[in-house]
Amino acid sequence: MSWWAIAAMAAGAFGFKVLGVLGFGQLSERLASRLAPLAALIPAALFSALVAVQTFGDGRSLTIDARLCGVGVGLFAVWRRAPFVVVVLAAMTATALVRWQTIL
Amino acid sequence: MSEHRREGLVLAIAVGIVGATFGVLADAAGLSLPKVVAMSALVFTGASQFAAVSVIDSGGSGLAAVGSAMLLAARNALYGPVVARLLPGRGLTRAASAHLVIDETTAMATLPDNDVDARDAFWWTGLWLWSLWNIGTVVGALLGSVIGEPETWGLDAAFPAAFAALLAPHIRSKPGRVAALTGAAIAIVAVPMTPSGVPLLLAAIGIAPGWLARGNRGRSSSQLGNDEQ
Repeated sequence: MSWWAIAAMAAGAFGFKVLGVLGFGQLSERLASRLAPLAALIPAALFSALVAVQTFGDGRSLTIDARLCGVGVGLFAVWRRAPFVVVVLAAMTATALVRWQTIL
Repeated sequence: MSEHRREGLVLAIAVGIVGATFGVLADAAGLSLPKVVAMSALVFTGASQFAAVSVIDSGGSGLAAVGSAMLLAARNALYGPVVARLLPGRGLTRAASAHLVIDETTAMATLPDNDVDARDAFWWTGLWLWSLWNIGTVVGALLGSVIGEPETWGLDAAFPAAFAALLAPHIRSKPGRVAALTGAAIAIVAVPMTPSGVPLLLAAIGIAPGWLARGNRGRSSSQLGNDEQ
């Protein structure tokens, strides 16, 4: 991978970030305040998609594996309002245990 | 330490371990240490970096690597409107802080119910993530295969679980739930049909049915999206 490719990646990735931050700031006050409730829904749509893709995605196919167990345990912890670190560790532990069981 | 700073650190530690995995893979794909370090410091969006390195590792061209990385980086543009009002100044300072606008910082910045804490969460999470991601990368690139498979430790389940926790406040309102369900459904359907990165971009369409589901309470929804807290 050449330095040019790395520079292009860095410029492109930064470009997208700046586009989102500055582009929105350039809008008129009125338009920005009208779009704000719509923008507020972006995390809901994207984070749930991240959860789904990171749980079932395997390259360009979908699969059910130990991750689903871990995420299930994580969701239970979220529902029980467990602290963030507990949610993450519980999901990791459950996934690791399922994998370990499968190896044995 | 306040709650959001602590949560940011927990997330950053997991990200740091993933950074080490990235370092291992980048090293195995034949990238020199300066290149690996430059990528983590300057590109700073994990999924893109993994995509680029795996394209290179499987014999793809630099152009193909940049292309797939850009598909994954594009969603960060969608986070701009979410966090824009938390970022300082105008012009250059503002552009510089945009470097930290990624999944994790956006998620942490939308948890608190006031702008002071939201800004604090954004910066602490951002700086911790950036530091640990880069430290992890260097450690991984230097130690190589000593680290072993992170899947053994269930690390691949850490992120969907973390984002499920970060999603929770966003689905307390009906528009949030509708946007979340539609977004996830679109992404899952799109995974087999589109290159990686595209499913997450398409998921943004989910905000439209969410918007339509707002009923007459929509106008009161705060910019944070967690209006029922």
